[in-house]
Amino acid sequence: MPRRNDLNSVLVVGSGPIVIGQAAEFDYSGSQACRVLKSEGLRVILVNSNPATIMTDPEMADATYVEPITPEMVEKIIAKERPDALLPTLGGQTALNTAISLHESGVLDKYGVELIGANVEAIQSGEDRETFKGIVERIGGESARSRICHSLDDCLAAAGDLGYPLVVRPSFTMGGSGSGFAHDEAELRRIAGQGLALSPTTEVLLEESILGWKEYELELMRDGNDNVVVVCSIENFDPMGVHTGDSVTVAPAMTLTDREYQRMRDLGIAIIREVGVDTGGCNIQFAVEPSSGRLIVIEMNPRVSRSSALASKATGFPIAKIAARLAVGYTLDEIPNDITAETPASFEPALDYVVVKVPRFAFEKFPGADPGLTTTMKSVGEAMAIGRSFPEALQKAMRSVEKKGVGLTWEGEPGEKDALLEAAATPGEFRLRQVQQALRAGASVEELHRATGIDPWFLDQMALLEETARRLAAAPQLDAEVLRDVKRLGFSDKQVGEVTGKSEEVVRELRDALDVHPVYLTVDTCAAEFAAKTPYLYSSYDEETEVPQGTRPKVIILGSGPNRIGQGVEFDYSCVHASFALSQAGYETVMVNCNPETVSTDYDTSDRLYFEPLTLEDVLEVVRAERLTGEVVGVVVQLGGQTPLGLARELKAAGVPIVGTSPEAIDLAEDRGAFGDVLARAGLPAPKHGTATSFDQARAVADEIGYPVMVRPSYVLGGRGMEIVYNETMLADYIERNAEVSPDYPVLIDRFLDDAIEIDVDALYDGRELYMGGIMEHIEEAGIHSGDSACALPAVTLGHEDFERIRYSTEAIARGTGVRGLLNVQYALASGVLYVLEANPRASRTVPFVSKATAVPLAKAAARVMLGSGIAELRAEGLLPAEGDGGTLPMDAPVAVKEAVMPFNRFIDRHGEGVDTVLGPEMRSTGEVMGMDAAFGAAYAKSQLAAFGSLPTRGSVFVSVANRDKRSMVFPVKRLADLGFTILATEGTAWVLRRNGVQADVVRKHSEGPGPDGEPTIVQLIHDGAVDLIVNTPFGGAGQSGPRLDGYEIRTAAVVRGVPSVTTVQGLAAAVQGIEALVRGDIGVRSLQEHAESLRGTGA
Amino acid sequence: MTAEATAAPEAAPAVLVLEDGRVFRGRSFGARGEAYGEIVFNTGMTGYQETLTDPSYHRQIVTMTAPHIGNTGVNDDDPESGRIWVAGFVVREPARVPSNWRAQRTLDEELARQGVVGIAVPGTRALTRHLRDRGAMRAVISTEESDPEVLVERVKAAPEMKGADLSGEVSTTEPYTVHPPEGVPTRYRVAAVDLGIKAMTPQRLAERGCEVRVLPAGATAEQVLEAGPDGVFFSNGPGDPATAEDSVAVLREVLRADRPFFGICFGNQLLGRALGLGTYKLVFGHRGVNQPVQDVHTKRVHITSHNHGFAVDAPTDGPFDTPLGRAEVSHVDLNDGVVEGLRLLDRPAFSVQYHPEAAAGPHDAAELFDAFCALMERRGAGDSAPSAPSAQPETAEK
Repeated sequence: MPRRNDLNSVLVVGSGPIVIGQAAEFDYSGSQACRVLKSEGLRVILVNSNPATIMTDPEMADATYVEPITPEMVEKIIAKERPDALLPTLGGQTALNTAISLHESGVLDKYGVELIGANVEAIQSGEDRETFKGIVERIGGESARSRICHSLDDCLAAAGDLGYPLVVRPSFTMGGSGSGFAHDEAELRRIAGQGLALSPTTEVLLEESILGWKEYELELMRDGNDNVVVVCSIENFDPMGVHTGDSVTVAPAMTLTDREYQRMRDLGIAIIREVGVDTGGCNIQFAVEPSSGRLIVIEMNPRVSRSSALASKATGFPIAKIAARLAVGYTLDEIPNDITAETPASFEPALDYVVVKVPRFAFEKFPGADPGLTTTMKSVGEAMAIGRSFPEALQKAMRSVEKKGVGLTWEGEPGEKDALLEAAATPGEFRLRQVQQALRAGASVEELHRATGIDPWFLDQMALLEETARRLAAAPQLDAEVLRDVKRLGFSDKQVGEVTGKSEEVVRELRDALDVHPVYLTVDTCAAEFAAKTPYLYSSYDEETEVPQGTRPKVIILGSGPNRIGQGVEFDYSCVHASFALSQAGYETVMVNCNPETVSTDYDTSDRLYFEPLTLEDVLEVVRAERLTGEVVGVVVQLGGQTPLGLARELKAAGVPIVGTSPEAIDLAEDRGAFGDVLARAGLPAPKHGTATSFDQARAVADEIGYPVMVRPSYVLGGRGMEIVYNETMLADYIERNAEVSPDYPVLIDRFLDDAIEIDVDALYDGRELYMGGIMEHIEEAGIHSGDSACALPAVTLGHEDFERIRYSTEAIARGTGVRGLLNVQYALASGVLYVLEANPRASRTVPFVSKATAVPLAKAAARVMLGSGIAELRAEGLLPAEGDGGTLPMDAPVAVKEAVMPFNRFIDRHGEGVDTVLGPEMRSTGEVMGMDAAFGAAYAKSQLAAFGSLPTRGSVFVSVANRDKRSMVFPVKRLADLGFTILATEGTAWVLRRNGVQADVVRKHSEGPGPDGEPTIVQLIHDGAVDLIVNTPFGGAGQSGPRLDGYEIRTAAVVRGVPSVTTVQGLAAAVQGIEALVRGDIGVRSLQEHAESLRGTGA
Repeated sequence: MTAEATAAPEAAPAVLVLEDGRVFRGRSFGARGEAYGEIVFNTGMTGYQETLTDPSYHRQIVTMTAPHIGNTGVNDDDPESGRIWVAGFVVREPARVPSNWRAQRTLDEELARQGVVGIAVPGTRALTRHLRDRGAMRAVISTEESDPEVLVERVKAAPEMKGADLSGEVSTTEPYTVHPPEGVPTRYRVAAVDLGIKAMTPQRLAERGCEVRVLPAGATAEQVLEAGPDGVFFSNGPGDPATAEDSVAVLREVLRADRPFFGICFGNQLLGRALGLGTYKLVFGHRGVNQPVQDVHTKRVHITSHNHGFAVDAPTDGPFDTPLGRAEVSHVDLNDGVVEGLRLLDRPAFSVQYHPEAAAGPHDAAELFDAFCALMERRGAGDSAPSAPSAQPETAEK
């Protein structure tokens, strides 16, 4: 069946901000869908609140709405755009839930919008556990014994029948949110209670424990002619009990015979048919009891998922792209396989390699959070690697994940066997390392299998690594054969060095001398049965390289590796843009990255894709391979965040040309002394600062600078361990907690600018001219990490003179450090003085936000500048506006507000309590949204709606602020009272409010407990749903959740109940403006294309 | 094959030499010795045990493109015949320990026990690309001789697959009967000619109520028809169909008798030849479990299990005349357009080039056995010359 000709326009719903469980993979799938639908001649309308995505680039759709993904807002878009159809299966659970809601409220019917790619019945029967269980039974499959419960009483009764431990799974939540294992009644009450609250249908499923079983997944696709293919099988390294998003996973399945695999495949196909997924993809999870082979169907996702992104990258079969084609009427046999070009998509990929995915966690950002892995997903990113064997792929994946303490190592002593076995028994971030160290310490496969439940085949493969390391250690000399043998098992030069007592560099030189290099093989979907046309490559110490000859000068772009807090999809955005811009400028673009979730690792994005770890060794080999097939003009390291930046100096030292800002200039900006000189020469002030190597020194420095001070260890980046210290006692406490402070690890102490306005700038510099990308004003005061702070563009409270000073300062820094490309500078404006906080001569997290807010493709322009183009040239070309820039936006320019999204609801401590939610100098957000409107209030309201749910327009506001905030809180709270809100406050705050004529009711603190007549505490009120907005500013520095402070209890209750919570006075002022805009009801929708039109129309 | 039935020590060197002189060095796996055959590759990621025991691989050295082989060990349930048939086995990463609840021993032990010479080489992908570009060719695996030049000369002296008549070497020597499983009533009697039959085929028929009388490859038409079967089946098997003129003659008589006929793989090639069509050798063949085959009428695509180096040459643009009446190509492979099924329009006969019995592979096409039963049912109901059904009766009108 060819494409349906009754469809002219399609609304694609994205997945919103990056959160745990719903991340960059939906940018990948959404971008693919938009591209495909557009190429089919359809008018594509897109809604996604996340500006950091490729899919929200104005070229990807005909009308791009960066608006909150709520049924109300999407209805407004539908009313305006009148699409023929809505495609909900490529935007994760968010899109699916929004579509169901629009269907149920009759909006889709009202506007005659057809749901394509899925029907509501299929979505519901796939996602509703009871219905799904019925389906599994009908097709002759088996499910875990379970009971559906709608109340805590139901749960307790069911537990009596099923016995502990039990799995608790809430219905209709994403990423396993709210699920977990209950070993006893107390745990059941807690987990099920939260699950019932989280589930939009107040429904949880209790299920017999299948802990320790083998876990598998199948990715399937079905077309309108009932053809079904299984794209990929995935086997989890970790047995059941760990969320698949947090598991190390392997494709294809490694330990199934054909009979068992076909049984699974038959069930999968029967399920997709019975559930009624008409067209598109789905993902089905299975568990297998290792001793008997009993096969259980766990669940299905009737949509494109994180696993489908992984499966697409693992096989070269682009599930989302094909799902979009199927949704508009094609059948699988009508769609060509892009990779071979000659064979159709109606086949099942055959792999002649092994793929391993490893999750990346961020527990260090959430002190106190339980780092144990459960059925609730907690990882913030993942790395994937491809090798010709499991050990090779595993080793590559473990080094791709680039996290200290996680990778496999032969350095130092392994530790004590029994302790390692015990540690490995509990699934956690370091499990693989623990298993490997246990093997080093002499543990057997059998012992490890008993301790961990990990399949003996996987453990034996790890034992093979250990045996190989021992053989290597015993080898009389490192000849080519010995090296090739260990490299074939994925050993890095560093590991070879660890085993043989050599440096990584010496091993590399040895390899060069012996000509031991990897070859690059193609991910071709067919195990070499047909020739591949798409150069999607991976390295292996195998036989025959398949790198095609280049035809044009090549630029290699280094991506950003696995997503993590502080380095997410924003950096992928810049890399992808560079690839597009440079390809257009006539270069052959070569992408290197190892993150399966991203657009950069789509084989369509660059001329060549190397799916490789971003380590010096792996990158140098790619450069070598590319040089063998053509001219490499240079390597781009400034767009992928810290990962590639960290390689810059060594790459240059190895003779690799780095384009754009030189590694020396990058170092200069990071070196406090040298950078201080740049500032001094330009006459730019910086906050007073000093360095200390002991408490006494620190005290002296702090006294000299004056409290409050910002303290941080010198050896970490990204705000790790950064705190604001208000007095000597807190300083002593900080030094004590950071016991490593020593001459080698000094602590940096900066003056903290209380009450300063923080300003973030992204600019472009070509050596002569500065292009101001955008000037962003933070909504929260200085001291909160820029990544966690909301900000507005254009800056809303700065004057013309401030703008000029910022431009002057930015240009001086750009010139002084020698920037060629992007520059991000953070300023603080306090008492009329503009302080320079820091400068980063690279793409920043805010580049995509600025690009979208000002309708200028900043990253594309940056890539061109890095390759030698001037700003004037780019203005003439039309890539940059002919005149003006992001610092000269007209008065009537729309206001864009960026808001950060925090993952607090994912983390609980060992007692099952929430973790503190106070914002601080250490970044903890996973993603962001953008609200855009004509005025600040409406833009802010949209940003809150997109990030957290709507601000309230009536009800109760609870106010409890620190003493220093009491004065500035009065006016905005009074305004809320005038708007009709009931004001609740703790005693001290209420006293101040009453003095100022605001009627405030006193509520009891948590620490006071309930009153004599049962008066509830504020925490109880929050739990009862009696509070609609919380204003709670903490005293003291952030991240100090030690004592059971009232504020901590309040804020965690707010997270659990999902009540909007404001923790700064500035945030309160913004919230009040937003609430006013909501009350006035003037929240409309406007596409980026319309915004761009208006910006151009007014001459920006 | 000159293999000795002893397990090779882990690190014993072995060499694989192709007739065009390409050499792959690796480690011995399974039995030591020297093994000759036509080297082919199989892209299936599961099912090595079924592949090894499939008689159609007789005289072939099979290369598995999936790198890890042997992970699930060997059990006594999954073999497709009484022995391993491949002449040699090429893998990249043989498993050191099997892990599966049904595993009874390791693959290495099994190969050694049955005297099958294997080799583990890193370059299985390079080898596959080589065969894809240059075609299947003769090769040798040796743990005894390491000089490639000597081995190339020996390879060139080995017989080629083209022109090889091999069914007799793999077929049963005595007839035997496979009965429907307990609880399934016998509804049809099928005479199945064993040209290299896989165990799953009579089993699939028996599950549907067929009592299957399996006959040796040399069975005459009289022997095939003597018990008055409801239907006749010709199995898969090794070798060049052009050499099987006797079987083709038997098949012509079966067709003239209007006896419902179903053929698989070699059986499909023989039907083609019986209809006067040619057969030819594919460059590298179809061996794997992921081949998309389309029913030309319903346009439905099945993912199917393949193992064939030869194919039928027939017009794919519609029905054509044959000495036995009108016929058509019922199925084609979407990867390369190769004929994958034939159907007579005036007689109850059809065949497919692929493997609906799977083992290894997907079960998508299992309904072809139902189609065969339906033909026998109609004949039993008095329809003396029903034409073969479209292959997917249930879903044909979708």
